[in-house]
Amino acid sequence: MSHASDLPLWAALLGSFLVLLGASLTLVGAIGLVRLKTFYDRLHAPSLGATCGAGGILLASILLFSVLQSRLVVHEVLIAVFVTVTTPVTLMLLGRAALYRDRSEKAADLPPPLRTDGETRSGDSI
Amino acid sequence: MSAMILSWSLLGALVLLGLAMVVAAFRMMRGPRAQDRIVAFDAFYVNAMLLLLVFGMRTGSTLYFEAALVIALLGFVATLALAKFLMRGEIIE
Repeated sequence: MSHASDLPLWAALLGSFLVLLGASLTLVGAIGLVRLKTFYDRLHAPSLGATCGAGGILLASILLFSVLQSRLVVHEVLIAVFVTVTTPVTLMLLGRAALYRDRSEKAADLPPPLRTDGETRSGDSI
Repeated sequence: MSAMILSWSLLGALVLLGLAMVVAAFRMMRGPRAQDRIVAFDAFYVNAMLLLLVFGMRTGSTLYFEAALVIALLGFVATLALAKFLMRGEIIE
């Protein structure tokens, strides 16, 4: 850690707080992945790490590298934008795939169908 | 002083993210069906990406940032292909 010896105290404290917050929120999301009962509950858990966890750690990274190099370092925004765009796409596709599989196997713990019946049927076969 | 605070908290974050990876790997091995394993894999690669970012902050080099970006890109494509395979039984039709 010799590179951080001339870091001001406020940056160290704020960066530590953000990093620890992000890492513990990611751990909470991962624990939810194990503790929750059905697949449709578990689908929601890891997005805690992909939003708040990644946000905290990326903000801390921006802060630390900007203070250390005394210029604005924002290339972490790339990862933030990418994760924000891709996580809903993957989780929605996975949820639809699981729903399709469960419906075709007539599984026991299916989520209730939507009210607009014709729309639901045509949407599920995509 | 500030270097010591930062070093210890980054070490703590590394431990927390490693634990999160272990938990996700447990669900990936145990998960009763294929979709559980894929969700666990998704969480696993996001945690690995964050672990690399924290490691880069610890060593003070921006090299780890590129590795994290590559992991994010390839993990997204892999999860998308696996979900498509679950739905259709083939990826490119």
